[in-house]
Amino acid sequence: MNRPSAIACAAALLLLAGCKPIEPWVKPYEREKLADPIMALERDPVSGSYLDHVFELREGARGAMGSAGGGCGCN
Amino acid sequence: MACARPGRRARVFAAALALLAAFAAPGFAPDAAAAVLPDDRADILYHRYEGDNVIVDGPSLLVRKKFADKVSVVANYYLDMVSSASVDVLSTASPYTDERTQMSLGFDYLRGKTTYSVGYIDGDESDYLARTAYLSISQDMFGDLTTISLGFRRGMNDVFRNVKDPATGAKRRDPTFGEEMDSRAWNVSLTQVLTRDLIGVLSYELVSDEGFLNNPYRQIRYADPTAPRGFSFAPEVYPRTKTSSAAAGRLKYSLPWWRAAVDGSYRFYSDTWGVRAQTFQLGYAQPVFGNWLFDVRYRYYTQDAADFYRDLFPRRNTLNFQGRDKELSTFAAHTVGVGATWQFRMNRMPWLERGTVNLRYDYMMSRYDDFRDLTAGGRPGAEPLFELDASVVQFFVSAWF
Repeated sequence: MNRPSAIACAAALLLLAGCKPIEPWVKPYEREKLADPIMALERDPVSGSYLDHVFELREGARGAMGSAGGGCGCN
Repeated sequence: MACARPGRRARVFAAALALLAAFAAPGFAPDAAAAVLPDDRADILYHRYEGDNVIVDGPSLLVRKKFADKVSVVANYYLDMVSSASVDVLSTASPYTDERTQMSLGFDYLRGKTTYSVGYIDGDESDYLARTAYLSISQDMFGDLTTISLGFRRGMNDVFRNVKDPATGAKRRDPTFGEEMDSRAWNVSLTQVLTRDLIGVLSYELVSDEGFLNNPYRQIRYADPTAPRGFSFAPEVYPRTKTSSAAAGRLKYSLPWWRAAVDGSYRFYSDTWGVRAQTFQLGYAQPVFGNWLFDVRYRYYTQDAADFYRDLFPRRNTLNFQGRDKELSTFAAHTVGVGATWQFRMNRMPWLERGTVNLRYDYMMSRYDDFRDLTAGGRPGAEPLFELDASVVQFFVSAWF
């Protein structure tokens, strides 16, 4: 191992030694509102994936919206 | 056309996957127990799309069931029944009917704070066969405030063309035409609890396609002074590769004053065909009377045209690649949606935890800047610009058990 790599490894070990677990800033008992079904990111998957499919067929853009595609349906 | 090579991005993605796998190793989270599998549920949905003389309707059935709180299995059956006399069809062909069936099966396996998912989707049309396999890994971390997911999807598709049998008039596959299209997609997402009433999601997806990417029926039009209408048609020619990137952000917030949720999202999209698009969405969900939920949403979409898109080409072979698909043109679309959900419980069915009856309606208005309606007539290149208004109705019943 060359010298710069050894220094980088030593620095990384020192940093890791100083780490402690991240304290959750929202405690489990404070998540009542987040657990409400109206806060679900995808409340009805069958409906959401259908609507994504409709948009994907009529637009040039695709992806990053959660649908998994599986056909063309465009002819 | 210059197409980005996915190789370097794929290697970066593989490295990220290895890093996440290392985080997900059993020793990293020995006391992990908080991640949960999705609830057991069943949904049966009827959907109907109607716009531009196209009607697409059919059912969708989804069932999800857990086993030993370790494995969740999800199966979906989906059917599109298509009846089309759209502006594309009326410009160059005859109205048609078709069916598209899609079936999928997926498995989620929970180990500690890590969820591993695999699945397979099979799509079947008379002129298109789609087989898609996917896998993903999802890890809860930092006191379950953060979830990172990485996924990969591979699609293998066969493209055919239907022709009318001259003897019987029936539709059948053209034996002289058969093409393939392969697709690979990599996605990563980060879900973060930001405060006790705010959650955020960042996601990115890279999709790389290779093979026959155009529609075997659609045609371009080019100026032809010898033709009676002043233009003629010729087959589209598309590049055989396409790579797209999409990055999205979303926030969902629980109102502090009364029980309701608002959410907003934004997506930026670009691809190697020159299409740039942006999507904005806002939603609001309001429970009332204890067992009713109403929601409204608004979506705005805008895109620029692909480099090789023209409504009217000056000559038959103007460019190396030529397309006249309105989904590749410059346009903007507004969608307004409303929904109502009624929740119920039945004492006679103790196994049924709860159920909902849902009705949703979306109205889409697309306005095209450089796609003209050939059915309206007029001087070539001066026909009225095309406008699409469409209605989307969904009625579905969901049950949790």
